[in-house]
Amino acid sequence: MYETFRSRAQAVGAEVHRFAECSEARRFVLDLLRSEGVSATPGAGAVWADGPFLAAADRAALAREVPGLAFEVNRESAAAAKVGITDADWMVANTGTLATAADGAAGRLAAMLPALHVAVVPATRLVADLGGLFQHLSPRDTRYLALVTGPSRTADIERVLTIGVHGPARLVVVVVDGLQGRC
Amino acid sequence: MDKDFRAAIAEALENPNLGGALGRFSEAYRTSRAKAYEGYDFEALRAQIAERKGAAAGHLEELAAAFTKSAQARGAKVFRASSPEAVKEYILSLARAKGVRGVVKSKSMASEEIHLNRALEEGGLRVKETDLGEWIIQLAGQRPSHMVMPAIHLTKEQVAELFSKEVEERLAADIPKLVKVAREQLRGEFLAADLGITGANIAVAETGTLVLVTNEGNARLTTTLPRVHVAIVGLEKLVEKLDDVVPIVTALPKSATGQLLTSYCTMISGPTEGPDGEPRELHVILMDNRRTDMAADPKFKQALQCIRCASCLNVCPVYRIVGGHVFGKTYTGGIGAILTAWFDALKDSDDLQSLCIQCGNCKEVCPGMIDLPELILEIRRRLAKEKGQPALQKAIFSVVNNRRAFHAMLRAASVAQAPFAKKGFIRHLPFFLSDLTEGRSLPAIAREPLRDRIREIKQPRSTEKAALYAGCLIDFAYPETGEAVVKVLNAAGVEVIFPEGQTCCGAPARYSGAYEVAARNAKDNLDALVEEDVRWIVSACPTCTVALKHDFAATLESVGDAAWAEKAAKVAAKAIDFATLVQQLVDEGRLTIDHQRALTTVTYHDSCHLKRTLRAEQAPRALLAKAGLPVTEMFESDICCGMGGSYSMKLPEISAPMLRRKLDSIQKTGAQVVAMDCPGCMMQIRGGLHQAGAATAVHHTAELLADVVERKR
Repeated sequence: MYETFRSRAQAVGAEVHRFAECSEARRFVLDLLRSEGVSATPGAGAVWADGPFLAAADRAALAREVPGLAFEVNRESAAAAKVGITDADWMVANTGTLATAADGAAGRLAAMLPALHVAVVPATRLVADLGGLFQHLSPRDTRYLALVTGPSRTADIERVLTIGVHGPARLVVVVVDGLQGRC
Repeated sequence: MDKDFRAAIAEALENPNLGGALGRFSEAYRTSRAKAYEGYDFEALRAQIAERKGAAAGHLEELAAAFTKSAQARGAKVFRASSPEAVKEYILSLARAKGVRGVVKSKSMASEEIHLNRALEEGGLRVKETDLGEWIIQLAGQRPSHMVMPAIHLTKEQVAELFSKEVEERLAADIPKLVKVAREQLRGEFLAADLGITGANIAVAETGTLVLVTNEGNARLTTTLPRVHVAIVGLEKLVEKLDDVVPIVTALPKSATGQLLTSYCTMISGPTEGPDGEPRELHVILMDNRRTDMAADPKFKQALQCIRCASCLNVCPVYRIVGGHVFGKTYTGGIGAILTAWFDALKDSDDLQSLCIQCGNCKEVCPGMIDLPELILEIRRRLAKEKGQPALQKAIFSVVNNRRAFHAMLRAASVAQAPFAKKGFIRHLPFFLSDLTEGRSLPAIAREPLRDRIREIKQPRSTEKAALYAGCLIDFAYPETGEAVVKVLNAAGVEVIFPEGQTCCGAPARYSGAYEVAARNAKDNLDALVEEDVRWIVSACPTCTVALKHDFAATLESVGDAAWAEKAAKVAAKAIDFATLVQQLVDEGRLTIDHQRALTTVTYHDSCHLKRTLRAEQAPRALLAKAGLPVTEMFESDICCGMGGSYSMKLPEISAPMLRRKLDSIQKTGAQVVAMDCPGCMMQIRGGLHQAGAATAVHHTAELLADVVERKR
């Protein structure tokens, strides 16, 4: 089932990485931020929204490692950031989708406004399809259920597929075996 | 037909982008749709959607009340609006009360339907569409030409022009760069807007949930950044339970764009906090605008099963030629013709519905299982009743309704045309079916109709008989096809009789909405056929077969002639198309078709009625293969050739490009013969190839089989 998720997500342009431990995943994310040139320069920052993945980390240490990384996510900080990091709650295999209970604005801003979205999801949170997802997470549980399948796209001009309209142009999915989710 | 409408068709035909982007999309759509549905049982899925949406359409009032209760319990405000004016007033007064200046919108057909932008702008608001396609057409001051791809009719050069004006900078026609400009321009609008307006793809009564399906992410921003969110929801979007979301969300992206799922699918159930932790407001407007009237109409209730995927446009052979500015108003294509008749007015749909050639492609792919061709015929019927038939049509049908006069006229035509006939074709035919038609020659009326020639055929006496229902074209233009049918059936030991009282099947009248005329034809034919002591009533014309099997009963029921139902059922039970009957005889071991050495290469054209109503596309292929004529498939073998009975006379400017595409597909196979099972298609395609000076021969399957059967003798 994970293979289905991975291949379907990749087929729509998402990048998928899997790690055994949170520490490895954190290392990967920090390296990614550095390689993307995240810095304290205006417009080159990153925002990291609160969630289980961040809860276990030492924020001060992270911020020291990557200048420009902020944990305060609001309209201004998210709009100015080039990378946004959030948790996702579930993977839906047959469409390569991430599902998140996104009631709080911070996670949504970090996932939508920057051009690169990094979503971290526990490896155990995997369902076959939408019907399966509703058994665990549905609009009964959240006021804003967000399903994300690949990056933002359009084909509105001459049917030519173009990535990254209003949402992120890149979606990096980080699957972590050692991570416990929140719901 | 309106003169401006004719001019609009002419203009669309000259628009290269319609033939370009739209044409390419419609060609690629079939494959991408099929791929998206791989591993899914589409028939089961759409039966589920039709059942759920159909049930919802039967309980709109209860579902609206339940939705209101659930949404209010989660803190949303719900407003019930019966008219477009009520929607506009509500939003304008809300905007005033909340001090709104800037509005961002994600794509909403419901808001297009009521021309919301104009009202908001007149109310002093700054309104920005944020879906790329919608923004483009907002800048162009146009309306969407497609429900899913609003700006499909514009080229990148035209888009660059529009954007250049907007940003006051000369932009190149480079699509990724243009998309980037849209992102930058609209990002500021998102961040500054006070009010976000969306539609909804689904509204769930049980949980008060709105489902929004998008690819660009604009609906997510519209429902997150501004402090007030208004969703305009047509009542037909209501479903009862959360589980009902699953089949709809499964089908919608696959049918719309061939995606497994769109990039974003958002399910909102109540207001959420704003970007700076402030409370936000959610207002849901449940809009009727004649949807409850539609639900109360036994014929049109099913149109509320539409999930707005636009697959009926994507597979429509007419839409892909003329686009949505001709074939549509707010809503486009087949479903557009139907919705216009209700959301605007019946007469507003007059020109739109006339574009439908009744090929049935849309019905095959509709995830809501809507019988679009039938509903369009119903509009035609109601229009014909309301405004009466045109004088010429009336005169023609008065002849068709009198079998003796009609047949006498056809016989007279065969004499009158004699000086003009040339190799079986004449250019200007004194025949009521004809008109000056570019790109196609018309057949000559046979010197001796089938009804006379058949008496001269020496047939074996048999207790097992089939009645041959010829239909006008085979009887009077292609009697040799009828003779071939007799030869093949004789070879299986079946005697063929020709009931003299048979007349026009009524299809021309029915497809023009003249049901009373079609009913008269049906009765004459039923009287001619019902008492015949035969096992089968066979026809080599699929349209006639459909009349015998389905349309006689349907037409008579529509005009309230219930007394004829029994006769219609008797005839329907015996009616069979030629290829299916022959296949049956072969399967029973009563007819052997010897395998010949393949000397001829053959391709096959699927006739609309044979494939999509009679479901007999395999039989002719199997029989031809048995006869040593395996079919080399052409591209889009089952796309309509543009004949459509009198359609090719009424709308020759659309029929001609459809025919050109078909001829092109035929010739690309390099086959020497194109086989088909419909005399109407034969008339169109043979005429087209003749006029183009092509050597490809056109034959009815019966003729090719008769050759083989005869040689065996």
